[in-house]
Amino acid sequence: MAEISAPRAGDTSILNSLAFRGFVYQVLLAAGVAIAGWYLYANVHENLARQGIVTGFDFLWQSAGFEIGESLISFERSQFYSRILLAGLLNTLHVSAVGIVLATILGVTVGVARVSTNWLIAKLASIYVEVFRNVPILLQIIFWASVVRNLPSQRQPISFFDSIFLSNRGLHFPVPVDHPIYPWVIGAFLIAVAGAFYYKRRARLHREATGRQLPVLWPSLALIMGLPGIIWLFAGAPLEWQVPVLRGFNYRGGMSSSPEFVAVLIGLVVYTAAFIAEIVRSGIQSVGIGQVEAARSLGLRGGLVMRLVVLPQALRVIVPPTTSQYLSLIKNSSLAVAIGYPDLVSVGNTTINQTGQAVEGIAIMMLIYLIISLTISAFMNVYNRIVAIQER
Amino acid sequence: MTDTVIPHGRAESDAPPPIEKIGALRWARQNLFNGWLNSLLTLVAAAGLFYALPPLIEWALLDAVWVAASDEACRQATGACWAVVPQKHRPMLFGVYPYDEHWRLIVALLIYVVAICVTLVPRFFRRGIVLPLWIFALTGIGLMLWGGVFGLTYVDTSQWGGLPLTMVLFTGTVVLGMPISVLLALGRRSSLPAVKTVCVTFIESIRGVPLVTILFVSAVVFPLFLPDGVDINKLFRAMVGMAIFFACYQAEVIRGGLQAIPRGQYEAAEALGLGYWHMTRKIILPQALRICLPGIMNHIIAAFKNTSLVLIIGLFDILTATSAVLQDPLWSRFFVEAYLFVALVYFVFCFALSKYSQGLERRLSEGRRL
Repeated sequence: MAEISAPRAGDTSILNSLAFRGFVYQVLLAAGVAIAGWYLYANVHENLARQGIVTGFDFLWQSAGFEIGESLISFERSQFYSRILLAGLLNTLHVSAVGIVLATILGVTVGVARVSTNWLIAKLASIYVEVFRNVPILLQIIFWASVVRNLPSQRQPISFFDSIFLSNRGLHFPVPVDHPIYPWVIGAFLIAVAGAFYYKRRARLHREATGRQLPVLWPSLALIMGLPGIIWLFAGAPLEWQVPVLRGFNYRGGMSSSPEFVAVLIGLVVYTAAFIAEIVRSGIQSVGIGQVEAARSLGLRGGLVMRLVVLPQALRVIVPPTTSQYLSLIKNSSLAVAIGYPDLVSVGNTTINQTGQAVEGIAIMMLIYLIISLTISAFMNVYNRIVAIQER
Repeated sequence: MTDTVIPHGRAESDAPPPIEKIGALRWARQNLFNGWLNSLLTLVAAAGLFYALPPLIEWALLDAVWVAASDEACRQATGACWAVVPQKHRPMLFGVYPYDEHWRLIVALLIYVVAICVTLVPRFFRRGIVLPLWIFALTGIGLMLWGGVFGLTYVDTSQWGGLPLTMVLFTGTVVLGMPISVLLALGRRSSLPAVKTVCVTFIESIRGVPLVTILFVSAVVFPLFLPDGVDINKLFRAMVGMAIFFACYQAEVIRGGLQAIPRGQYEAAEALGLGYWHMTRKIILPQALRICLPGIMNHIIAAFKNTSLVLIIGLFDILTATSAVLQDPLWSRFFVEAYLFVALVYFVFCFALSKYSQGLERRLSEGRRL
């Protein structure tokens, strides 16, 4: 090689081609994944065969033979594992749904308080956030479980208004007694909401046609509150509360939440609210003061500035991370297994211990959580596409 | 008249603007009582504090028992029983590690704290310092925990416990997880469809399930994956499970950083003739990691808090050890004090780390801000 020759077409090796290399890498990766998968499968198969465990999901249709403390559906120990897993899933969804509602309310309140011009309120809110964000949620749940377990007995409960009782038996609270008029009231409410939406649309069309804004908020509120209210009053305003009463060792009447439910709920709500508060704060602060000033100088009044200018922009920042907080709340509810609340993981764990079907049991749990997560993310993506800035 | 004031004032003011002095009353008016709503909120909050604080201070400080030889003194006191901490600190902090060997754990923790403190000083952000430091520190910690040489008795990982176990889990999670997370993030951004598909599937599957189920897999299912006779210890399995979980979240953060790198950076690197790995290591990653530093620190803090979840698979970290101590019927009624102590340990670490990360963020963005 005395002299360097200029490269010519066809001189470069195929090994230097990016496309060829990419192809080889991908084939290697696919082969690696396949071999690893096959190897693991073979090992599992062999190990299970040696231990004499029958693989498959037949165990779901055997009778469970254990009880769970609480369930939204009726359950007896003679029923199938599939039904007890369903009961566990419903418990997970129950505590998550209540938790999401309460965490949102608390989180938004604290988040708004953090940007308050009131020094004391802002300070208290930031102490709340720093304290509860920096302590592991499992520790918080275990702590609240211990607190609830050490509450006074049901004979001397902590009572609010003589109708809500908190004791080491959990929380007991009144519910309205059912009345035949209630379905009609709910129906009227739904119709009124639909009517309000229709009216809002008409008002917008009217504004676009004439330039004059019809009042929307108050007529809508009047419709939504008024229509069901009239029907309710017409039926004689029936409202009777079924208050829990201590009979013997337990409460009768009203509704109750178990101590474990209360502990998991408090832990999830307090922890998640701290994160939501931070998201809300950054969302509000992300809207520039210039936006507010511009809206004011256009002549919009306070409420309208908030509704038409600040909130739409803040929500674009707030909603995506809040949804992922909701998802992590649902996933964190699996920590209930540590204190014996019969959620999906706790029930699944007992099932695994009883049947020995570890692979199938954990696969079922993971699959269910995965489906929940993917469903919520899918809705999230749709929402994001709707609120994303429409660039022209 | 107003239009003449501004240029006039500007021309003359080389001096800094006068400092506005506000009296306490004026401050209160501006920050506590501006408007009827704020005044009302201030009054309500102040009333709440007025009723809640004195009993709390009495319980936590004035009437509290700080040191007691037995639980008897605590039972008679009306305040908090902090004595549970000095009384039970060894099983709480060190778990079931052999009692006579606890000094080794203290040495290990000291090495760890020193190594972390040195690492966090920006002046030492150099591979030549950090890498040897951690190799040295981890060797020392491993030596102290395991023993088995230099006349130290061997202690099996099944006996490790308390704060050192939390430390081991946390360090292992981050050290194993960070490289995986970078690879996953790069894979997800890859132009090769197979690589991208594998990474996306892996990341989304792990992110979709709770950590508890991954720990169950590591504790219960993973031994079934291994051929007969091969056994990996439980601590390491749990650590790998946590590292993978950590890596999948971190990968999404790093992907955010990668997406923020302008196209021109890639093109410039390619124009210089750099290959993929050179370009990634020298040009892209340093910028991407700097951009997403706050997110990375958030997940590192979360990883520290998540170590507590090993309670569910029965490893003796500080939380499990404390719960075990509280099984003692003599002291179980003082659970509030014991758990508050553990919460304080977590809080101090997480809070310090998050404050540090804020400071670092400011430092790194200096000269880049407008």
